[in-house]
Amino acid sequence: MTRATPPIPPQEATRCVPYTVGDVFEGAPCCEPRPHLEIRDLSVAYGERPVLAGVSLDIPRGCITALIGPSGCGKTSFLSALNRLTDLIAGCRVSGEVRLDGASVFDPAVDPLELRRHVGMIFQRPNPFPLSIRRNLDMPLKEHGVRRRGEREERIEAVLRGVGLWDEVRDRLDAPALGLSGGQQQRLCIARALVLEPDVLLMDEPCSALDPLASAVVEELIRGLAGRRTIVIVTHNLAQARRIANYAAFFWMTERVGKLIEFGQSRKVFDAPTHSLTAAYVSGMSG
Amino acid sequence: MRSSTPYRAATRPAARHRGDRLFTLAVWAAAGSVAGVFAWLLVDLVTAGAGRLSWSFLVAAPENAGRSGGIGPILVSTLAILAVAIAAALPLGLGTAIWLADFARRGSRAARRVRLALDVLAGVPSIMFGLFGNALFSVWLGLGFSILSGGLTLACMVLPILIRSAEMGLAAVPDDWRRGAAALGLTRAAALWHVILPAAAPALSAGLMLGIGRAMAETAALIFTSGYVDRLPGSLLDSGRALAVHIYELSMNVTGGDGSAYASALVLITLLLVINGLAAQLAERWLGRRITTS
Repeated sequence: MTRATPPIPPQEATRCVPYTVGDVFEGAPCCEPRPHLEIRDLSVAYGERPVLAGVSLDIPRGCITALIGPSGCGKTSFLSALNRLTDLIAGCRVSGEVRLDGASVFDPAVDPLELRRHVGMIFQRPNPFPLSIRRNLDMPLKEHGVRRRGEREERIEAVLRGVGLWDEVRDRLDAPALGLSGGQQQRLCIARALVLEPDVLLMDEPCSALDPLASAVVEELIRGLAGRRTIVIVTHNLAQARRIANYAAFFWMTERVGKLIEFGQSRKVFDAPTHSLTAAYVSGMSG
Repeated sequence: MRSSTPYRAATRPAARHRGDRLFTLAVWAAAGSVAGVFAWLLVDLVTAGAGRLSWSFLVAAPENAGRSGGIGPILVSTLAILAVAIAAALPLGLGTAIWLADFARRGSRAARRVRLALDVLAGVPSIMFGLFGNALFSVWLGLGFSILSGGLTLACMVLPILIRSAEMGLAAVPDDWRRGAAALGLTRAAALWHVILPAAAPALSAGLMLGIGRAMAETAALIFTSGYVDRLPGSLLDSGRALAVHIYELSMNVTGGDGSAYASALVLITLLLVINGLAAQLAERWLGRRITTS
């Protein structure tokens, strides 16, 4: 990887032009709904206990897909299966198929480290490393073989500008990352994922540990990423899902196992759900 | 909500306040007496040993079975034994701790067995280590009574403390960082080297300190392995007398050696304090430098 272009290219580089985030009521569906991730009959079990069963859906390229549903219905497990972070959990068994750009991610020939470079992940609690702000971004780049110092510095600056942190931290790049506020830490984590130029970004409730103002900033940032990255976001904030998502997937527990109940364009799922469970959940009657 | 008894502002301190005061007094007394014992020990050592202490005592060879002269060669042997012990125990201990904390599956049978073995080893009297070291290193491996035998025996002895404290330090590092590193596609080695080990540095250096303390103070394990010879050792295969062995020898077997014993003990305790401080600084500098918390 020797490209020196900023990880977030300018607007004209986006693939899908008639793109309207946010206003899901009027806008055309985002992009051409070409699947980026194809998930077929995905099941996840911890030991003998299944947490997610038989999930099939296509996650469209360049769109924001929100996963909604009550706690414990397997949304996080679903997310972790996509970048094979489930490999790290002892006793975790994943079955079914996940294809990224048509290639199976569970193929034994796939290097999970390389997969995770292409499928980044943001966690609920901001987890910047206890290093300086600069080294948080520099170290992963170095580890992924970006040898030239100048290139690393360019990419760090570009990605910090991209997440709107540059002006806040340019004078203290060598200060501890843990000294940043919660919202800044989460944006740094997003920058850390983006600096590796992933195609897909998985986000596990990225705003739930932040105060409302910081949450709004991060939300705006996520919106701005759509069109260039495929984003899968777990959120418990239905208003947020409504605001930012192009597609929504509703999960629910049936017989103590998480299942996908409904998937479709966000406006359809929220305003004209076909399933009664979805209708009850999005209207706040249950969940 | 209704409170059952109305609040009375002017009530006098009841009996439970007296109880609380008594408790406060008790914990202060406990802490005070611990500090007192150490102070007493130190004062005793200084008053009895400081008189004999001088530069020449530190560098000169012992004379007249240690009654006069100095402890120069003994200091050299002590530091050499310690160096051998740390050089052997540190990589082995750190490796085992990393395996226990990061590689062994949680609650796996192998990890449980290793931990059990370590806990048993930690409780084995040091004289047993001496006999074991003698049989293994001195006789079987043919190292004889030597600094190498002594150092390796001490390494076996401090390994359990080193490993368990390092393991606890590594386990205390939040999993968030491990997951974060994995999600970035970093290798385990990279995550360990750049994030986990530095974050655990304080615990690692504390474990090292405990190990050094135990090794420096050891007598029984060394008598059968590094021996009694108080000459300056020419190589690691020479026998050498450690400070603790010297003190034991002077106070038990040499009449009129008490003055030298006290002075040697004073040197030992100073050495311990210096090495502890140094190791703490080093760990801070080397590992903690890159770690920055707010």
